[in-house]
Amino acid sequence: MKAAVIVFPGSNCDRDLAEGFRKAGLDVQMVWHKDTALPSGIDIVGIPGGFSFGDYLRCGAIAANSPICHEVKAHAERGGYAIGICNGFQVLTETKILPGALLRNANLKYICRTVGLDVAESQSVFTQGYEVGETIRIPIAHHDGNYTADAATLDALEAEDRVAFRYTDNPNGSDRDIAGILSSNRRVLGMMPHPERACDPAQGNEDGARLFAHLTAALAEA
Amino acid sequence: MKARVHVMLKDGVLDPQGEAVKHALHGMGFDGVGGVRQGKVIELDLEDGTGEDAVREMCEKLLANTVIESYSIEMA
Repeated sequence: MKAAVIVFPGSNCDRDLAEGFRKAGLDVQMVWHKDTALPSGIDIVGIPGGFSFGDYLRCGAIAANSPICHEVKAHAERGGYAIGICNGFQVLTETKILPGALLRNANLKYICRTVGLDVAESQSVFTQGYEVGETIRIPIAHHDGNYTADAATLDALEAEDRVAFRYTDNPNGSDRDIAGILSSNRRVLGMMPHPERACDPAQGNEDGARLFAHLTAALAEA
Repeated sequence: MKARVHVMLKDGVLDPQGEAVKHALHGMGFDGVGGVRQGKVIELDLEDGTGEDAVREMCEKLLANTVIESYSIEMA
């Protein structure tokens, strides 16, 4: 099983994400934003956290228009798997692969701490290792994680069971406590919290490792 | 020629920065301020002949996120 991790100028969680994939048994290839093709035989694309292009204009906006993101979009449209974490989630909304947008945190503060997440569904390769209703603890580190979408979009996300994670104690003002959402085919996950920072005993928390472990197992069966 | 693009959060989208500015103004005694919305202005230096349609396309594709933002264009 092979994963590609996209690297933009300003990405800073790319190696952590690669390590999360590797520990789960995936081969990882790093892919530069100027590349015009994904490596062949890729099973999943990871878009990491960080501050791509310095967060200029809007978080993720310039990255979303980089050459590799056209390929990521085509990959998703073909039914390929992808996960975007933090800035990667912002990129996925800016490319319109996922609906909605991430606004400045309601309290205007950059928040860096571990938060509780309720698992809201378990019918995707990313979440099937968790129980619905289970609370896990995953770190967040963002200034612009306040998820918003119009009411019709939010209703549709809920009706289709596409909210993957909700904050137990909403830290950033996100609509309906949303911390992560799935695409309509459930093959693309965007989330603000960082599961790759909860993958090793040395990180003090392994709640995120299960996401990568079950993802790898599911991709092997797919 | 130049174009000036104004990008604002749409009405109904909470603008926490505008709210913070409003609170600061109230704290300074400017009690007459009912609301503050903060946006951005982007100035473009354009080659002659670049039309408003092209600027609109730039707005749709990059300069504004129309999920949350509205924009207006001034050609000068």
